[in-house]
Amino acid sequence: MGIISRGFGGRRRESVPGLPPGQYLTHDFPVLSAGPTPRIPLDRWRFTITTETGDKTSWNWTEFQALPAEDVTVDIHCVTKWSKLGTTWRGVSLDTLLEDVESSADYTMVHSFGGYTTNVPMEDLLDGKAWVAYKFDGEDLEPEHGGPARLVVPHLYFWKSAKWVNGLQLMGDDEPGFWEAAGYHMYGDPWREQRYQGD
Amino acid sequence: MPLDGNAMAGDLREIFAVDVTAARYMCAGCTHTDAVGTLMLWHQSPGLVARCPNCEDVVIRVVRAPDRVFLDLRGSVRLEVPLEGS
Ligand SMILES: [Zn+2]
Repeated sequence: MGIISRGFGGRRRESVPGLPPGQYLTHDFPVLSAGPTPRIPLDRWRFTITTETGDKTSWNWTEFQALPAEDVTVDIHCVTKWSKLGTTWRGVSLDTLLEDVESSADYTMVHSFGGYTTNVPMEDLLDGKAWVAYKFDGEDLEPEHGGPARLVVPHLYFWKSAKWVNGLQLMGDDEPGFWEAAGYHMYGDPWREQRYQGD
Repeated sequence: MPLDGNAMAGDLREIFAVDVTAARYMCAGCTHTDAVGTLMLWHQSPGLVARCPNCEDVVIRVVRAPDRVFLDLRGSVRLEVPLEGS
């Protein structure tokens, strides 16, 4: 991005439309990983929603592919400060997945193959705000980027968009996930720069 | 590709007066014990994630904020830190 003189630092960032405070634009897609990349054969893939009373709803890969899918174009913002605008995904809306699930839970814990977790309030998953995506840029989602399927919750920092997602635990109370327990913000709104606990 | 745990030395030196990479951890997942420097370290990530080479469980997480460092040790049963001169 070149060398920017101090006086313009803050202004420059605000001047790019769609770019939250403290973020810079990138055109590649950095791979961030907190552990080994799990390789999940499609015949072993399963996505399970577990309610606060223990009821389970689940889909195998074939059933999941048969659900109505949406193509979405969204901006994504990583807490490590890169943002990528106009990314295109295909996936199943959480509205569709939660449609027939009986629950009054206000919070969810997202679970992934490999053990990663992240907490997202229920209302942030509903009303066209979140998808379980299996295609990026028209191609099958690569394992490095979370394939076979990852959560995409673009209005929160991208650590909330769990790679290799395999389930959702619905909860009455908010609980921290993998990064939230280690110092990152419980909610993670990029427009309010909620990076760390207490921000 | 992970590095080894010695790459945490810089961040941990800011918190502890001793070299923690020389300390011995005991993994909460499998009770494996070895020097912190031998953990597998994932660093291309929002924080440092040090995993047990025996079972891959997370032993130590380090998150750096501009004004704070968070150290999450729930994956280690204990750290055994050698003292100089003993
Ligand atoms: Zn272990």
